[in-house]
Amino acid sequence: MGSRGSTLSKIPNVDKLMQETGFSQAHIIRLHDRFRALDNDEKGYLCPQDFEAIKELAMNPIGDRIIGAFFAQGPQQETVDFNSFVKVLAHFRPTDKNRPKESTSPDPINSRTNKLKFAFQLYDQDKDGKISRDELLQVLRAMLEMQVTEEQLESITDRTIQESDTDRDNAISFEEFRKSLDKVNIEHKMSIRFLR
Amino acid sequence: MSLSHTRGNQTEHAPATIDTLPIVTWKWHHVEAPYLVALWVLVCWLCKLVFELNHRVTNIFPESGLLILIGFVLGGIVWGADKKATFALQPTTFFYYLLPQIILDAGYCMPNKLFFSNMGAILVYAVIGTCWNAGAVGISLWGCYEGGAMGKGHIIGFLQFLLFGSLLSAVDPVAVIAVFEEVHVNEVLFILVFGESLLNDGVTVVLYNVCDAFVSLGAAKINAAEIIKGIISFFVVAFGGALVGVIFAIILCLLTRCTKNIQIIEAGFIFVISYLSYLTAEMLSLSAIMAITFCGVCSQKYINVNMDERSVNTVRYAMKVFANGSETMIFVFLGISAIDPAIWVWNTGFILLTLLFVFVYRIMGVFFLTWFLNKTRLVPVETIEQVIMSYGGLRGGVAYALATVLDPVKIKEKNLMLCTTFLVIYFTVVLQGVTMKPLVKWLKVKRSAQSELKLIEKLNNRTFEHTLCAVEDICGRIGDNWWIRGWNRFEQKWICRYLMKPSARKSQDYLFGVFHQLNLEDAVNYVSEGERRGSLAFMRSEDAASVDFKKKFGTDMSDIMPDIMVNTDFNGLDVSMSSVTRESVPSVSLEIHENDTKNLRNNNDVNVHHLLQQHLYKSRKHHRHKYSRSHFSINQSEDEVQEIFQRTMRSRLESFKSAKMGVAPAKKISKHPQKDRQQKMSNGKSLDKSKAHPYGDEDFEFSDGNSASGGEAATHAFLYTTAGIVNRAFMPEMDTPPTMRTPPWLSQAETDGSVAPSQRAQRSLPWSPSNIRRLAPLRISNRSTDSFIMADVVKPPENPEDRNSRRDET
Repeated sequence: MGSRGSTLSKIPNVDKLMQETGFSQAHIIRLHDRFRALDNDEKGYLCPQDFEAIKELAMNPIGDRIIGAFFAQGPQQETVDFNSFVKVLAHFRPTDKNRPKESTSPDPINSRTNKLKFAFQLYDQDKDGKISRDELLQVLRAMLEMQVTEEQLESITDRTIQESDTDRDNAISFEEFRKSLDKVNIEHKMSIRFLR
Repeated sequence: MSLSHTRGNQTEHAPATIDTLPIVTWKWHHVEAPYLVALWVLVCWLCKLVFELNHRVTNIFPESGLLILIGFVLGGIVWGADKKATFALQPTTFFYYLLPQIILDAGYCMPNKLFFSNMGAILVYAVIGTCWNAGAVGISLWGCYEGGAMGKGHIIGFLQFLLFGSLLSAVDPVAVIAVFEEVHVNEVLFILVFGESLLNDGVTVVLYNVCDAFVSLGAAKINAAEIIKGIISFFVVAFGGALVGVIFAIILCLLTRCTKNIQIIEAGFIFVISYLSYLTAEMLSLSAIMAITFCGVCSQKYINVNMDERSVNTVRYAMKVFANGSETMIFVFLGISAIDPAIWVWNTGFILLTLLFVFVYRIMGVFFLTWFLNKTRLVPVETIEQVIMSYGGLRGGVAYALATVLDPVKIKEKNLMLCTTFLVIYFTVVLQGVTMKPLVKWLKVKRSAQSELKLIEKLNNRTFEHTLCAVEDICGRIGDNWWIRGWNRFEQKWICRYLMKPSARKSQDYLFGVFHQLNLEDAVNYVSEGERRGSLAFMRSEDAASVDFKKKFGTDMSDIMPDIMVNTDFNGLDVSMSSVTRESVPSVSLEIHENDTKNLRNNNDVNVHHLLQQHLYKSRKHHRHKYSRSHFSINQSEDEVQEIFQRTMRSRLESFKSAKMGVAPAKKISKHPQKDRQQKMSNGKSLDKSKAHPYGDEDFEFSDGNSASGGEAATHAFLYTTAGIVNRAFMPEMDTPPTMRTPPWLSQAETDGSVAPSQRAQRSLPWSPSNIRRLAPLRISNRSTDSFIMADVVKPPENPEDRNSRRDET
């Protein structure tokens, strides 16, 4: 189709993008359309206001954190270009079990480790590599209903940390995080079917 | 009934003519029927007892197989005595008295999220798979018959072959539960096989009835109209059955909303109403199994929340008893019913071909359907799992019952079919059952993760769900989560409003529920550890035994207090697509099966159970029975559990705070559970006050405690001294926030060692709350709404008032 070709040509480095993320052409085009739809002023990039305009995200307790994750590629990032947009979304592709494991190439973006890293990032806002007690408390506060008191929140936080904190530093490092979620089927829970 | 027969044998008793007053008469005929029933039930359950004595046997051989074998023996005895099969399993008995409770148990304990998220796959297997099985087996057998493989002795028409195929097509839920529960495959695999076995009843019923009707009509009258009617009847039967189940589920939920005042029997309603749903569907010639399944599935969430915790436990346990009991009986009778030479008709070709086709077509069906499904599934079903699924296509009691119902007039070869059905059942249950476990191990199938509920897992599950919803929103596409969210919103808005008690709605929070549950488990653990370590011993003895509490944290979870682990699923905003947690262990009879086997082995649990029941564990609404069927009195000191709860939290909080301060670093984490245990121990020991609680975890405190105990005789004084000592020990690590205030009786306790115990201490168990209070910063929260938080949060100096306020709230 003519439009497809022209859309693809508008996107810089489309082949590299497809290879890195594993999205097919159809997906890339769809995502590009969505990108442009979100981009209110035709700027060519997205800023936080564009994301905040999605009203369902406002009803999501961790909506703001997800938005933040898009802007987390570099320090003080203000804009999200299409490539970054797609790369972040690539985390949610279902894992490709049949992909041959090449030890030399890096993990694909939608590997289990990278999905976990994305999730870790949601908690670890200050990017020190650890989920501190306060960070966990904030997340819990956001996700638990109002009737839970502060003390209960703190207790839950403590207990959560206690469960997974093996080196007793009162914070959860990425390794501890990964280990505690060992039995959870991440491939299932962090994948969206239509991004396959 | 052989009433006249027995009467004729009586020498003394004749109804009208007696010469003298008989002191005792032999009234066998009065009790014959119920006596026999009870006796058989007893016999079947005794068989189960016999097998469970030796675990080596049950490890290799599935219990169902053993029960069938014993059924053979018993059948042999009966036949030897009576020369006829007096006690075969009747279809009515099977369908009306033995099967419903098993299915109800399956539905009630069904992990709903897993079930519904895999519903598409389950339906495909159930409907298309069963139809394929039925058709393929029937047609192949007919083909072989026409080809002469079965000899010339029998006359069976094409339609009869189809009928036979349809009755053999159904994978049996009872057999699947019985075999899979011992194998522990992973949840998804289990739910696929199990869900299929439950839902294929809709198909089987239709197929059987349709084929039966066709056989009656005769081949001549079957035209397109009849076939179309057959297809329509499938939809009507299946969906109608499900609808009946849902309607009764709604009735049940509405009912449990109002049963607050009759909590003593509210547990019974589910049994009655779901049985009624079963019978109603049966009456309307709809699928009864679907009805009772959906009744259980749809109502479980709401009634668990509506009913009192104790009723929920009662329901759970009673259901397991009935289900397990029925299952046992079914298998024994499957064995007994076979010993009836009247039905033994052997045709090698027929039997072997049937076995072959059943097996082969199952494999083909599963593989083909899975290939088709994997194109759209998020997590594909692996090859190995497919092998297990095809191997797990067990036939059981339903097939037998349907075979027995065959009309011998229309179907001349009923006995042949019956015999073959038996053989197929034995083959699948015994042979495949025995080899299932080794096969699973050999193929390295992913086993079920027997992990406990971990808060972090639950928290992350939630986070992931929210994340996925957010990403879907960002992508602007409607995905699975959109539907799930929509359903949840609908449910929150409408369903919960009508079907849940208002008080239950308020207290629903998912993570908090988990947290609460985990704390209860901890409490149970602590006491059990103390018990096991002979803590009762040092209440009596003078010397201090050092108790090692450095035990694993809750590894013997499963054998303690199954009733404590109330799987109340506070599903407020539960959006998850699947949840791999303990509360949704998909093996239906697994929990109590495991629990009761472990319990049998360890007597201590019973004591702990008892101890807990009596002393420690008080739920928010604790009822201590008087010996009265209708009257419960609420326990006076129900704030205790609130305090325990609060205390644990505080102390942990404290320990973490102190850890942060860098005091006593290495032992911190291991210490605080001990501290908690200490508290819990003291809570649990309502009996003796005069003895030291010498389970000091550190040597220095411990010896201090000991020396203090040496001198003291007065109970309360001693306690407070202990409190003082313990406090002294913990003092350096404590973070004394400026807002902390010590209650007046405590400060007195430290100084003079003999205090008049506060009213509160007097009223409640004679452990001292004081030391715990000391440890915890008194945080006065102005946000608390829950009554049990108020217990300790209220300012300590207001002792008289806080009791009043608490009483007002509770």
